[in-house]
Amino acid sequence: MTPPPGTLLTAENLRKSYGPTVALDGAAFSIHPGEVVAVMGPSGSGKSTLLHCLAGIVPPDSGSITYDGRELAGMNDAGRSALRRSEFGFVFQFGQLVPELTCVENVALPLRLNGTSRKEAERSALSWMERLEVDDLKDKRPGEVSGGQGQRVAVARALVTGPRVLFADEPTGALDSLNGERVMELLTDAARSTNAAVVLVTHEARVAAYSDREIVVRDGRSRDMERAI
Amino acid sequence: MSIGHTLLGLLESGPRHGYDLKRAFDEKFGHDRPLHYGQVYSTMSRLLKHGLVEVDGIEAGGGPERKRYAITDAGVTDVEHWLATPEKPEEYLQSTLYTKVVLALLTHRDATDILDTQRAEHLRSMRILTDRKRKGDLADQLICDHALFHLEADLRWLELTAARLDKLRAEVVAK
Repeated sequence: MTPPPGTLLTAENLRKSYGPTVALDGAAFSIHPGEVVAVMGPSGSGKSTLLHCLAGIVPPDSGSITYDGRELAGMNDAGRSALRRSEFGFVFQFGQLVPELTCVENVALPLRLNGTSRKEAERSALSWMERLEVDDLKDKRPGEVSGGQGQRVAVARALVTGPRVLFADEPTGALDSLNGERVMELLTDAARSTNAAVVLVTHEARVAAYSDREIVVRDGRSRDMERAI
Repeated sequence: MSIGHTLLGLLESGPRHGYDLKRAFDEKFGHDRPLHYGQVYSTMSRLLKHGLVEVDGIEAGGGPERKRYAITDAGVTDVEHWLATPEKPEEYLQSTLYTKVVLALLTHRDATDILDTQRAEHLRSMRILTDRKRKGDLADQLICDHALFHLEADLRWLELTAARLDKLRAEVVAK
């Protein structure tokens, strides 16, 4: 099926099972550049599996995923890895920062892995840390910063390569309300300023309220509420 | 809560006398506020006038005549429309939503649809408040937060109800 015009990432009829457990049962998804879409649903509904399929981390059993006119199923592992490194950014519930590296080294890491010089990578990293209001933490290690600060460092790391799609899986799940909201404000401001699309998996309505629209996943099936009403 | 729509919904399962309607209403929805007979008869007169119900039969007895009411096609359409229209998000709307969910289950409609539509309406309000909060001063933030927390509580109720629909269906249909 041809994706609707203007969409950056589209999925149709995705099916995925883990043994006898059906995680996705015909799910669909689409997102435009600069759009923030919340993926909501109860625990175990399949929303994280949907994110993993869309990001090329896990291949679906069937269905199609098209990114910028390219079918993900047609790419080999190396192609999907390259896509994840250069076009996609990731933020998870727990920042997953490398504990041995300083915060600025953590943020610079994706650029270093892409071959950018250390000096250039850390300069870009620091500019992103300023936007996320954590530049004063540049020489601290993840164990020395708070949960909210660590998550902002993780957002800076996800955005440092200039991704066109940011995947955020419960990015505020481990934070209190105030820190969670600040992370969401900074994350969505930063993504909108770079026209990045954000796929935001959350079960929290107050977090989903930062999105432009939501889809609801239940029993592996998705429902686009904007189209349903 | 719309008593007219609720009585119409109760008539969908078959014609009833006013007394039966009151009893069914009180049993299912009137836990702490049973209907007065006067409310039932004035509501039925209004529904009759608007063509949403019709008199299906009249029983003459020793006392006053007893009318049996049946829902018309226009009445079914009216209930359909009411169920499909989300409530304006506000505090303490659960009783109306609860009524809609139970009626949907009783009339074999998709109650998940009602909950999903309401969730979308709540999120729409929450987006407006979140945007106002981001652009406003601390007073705006506090006012918006108050409203956001109430809407969030409604949404938690919606999620919990969605997860319990099968159980609720079994209970309301068994009554």
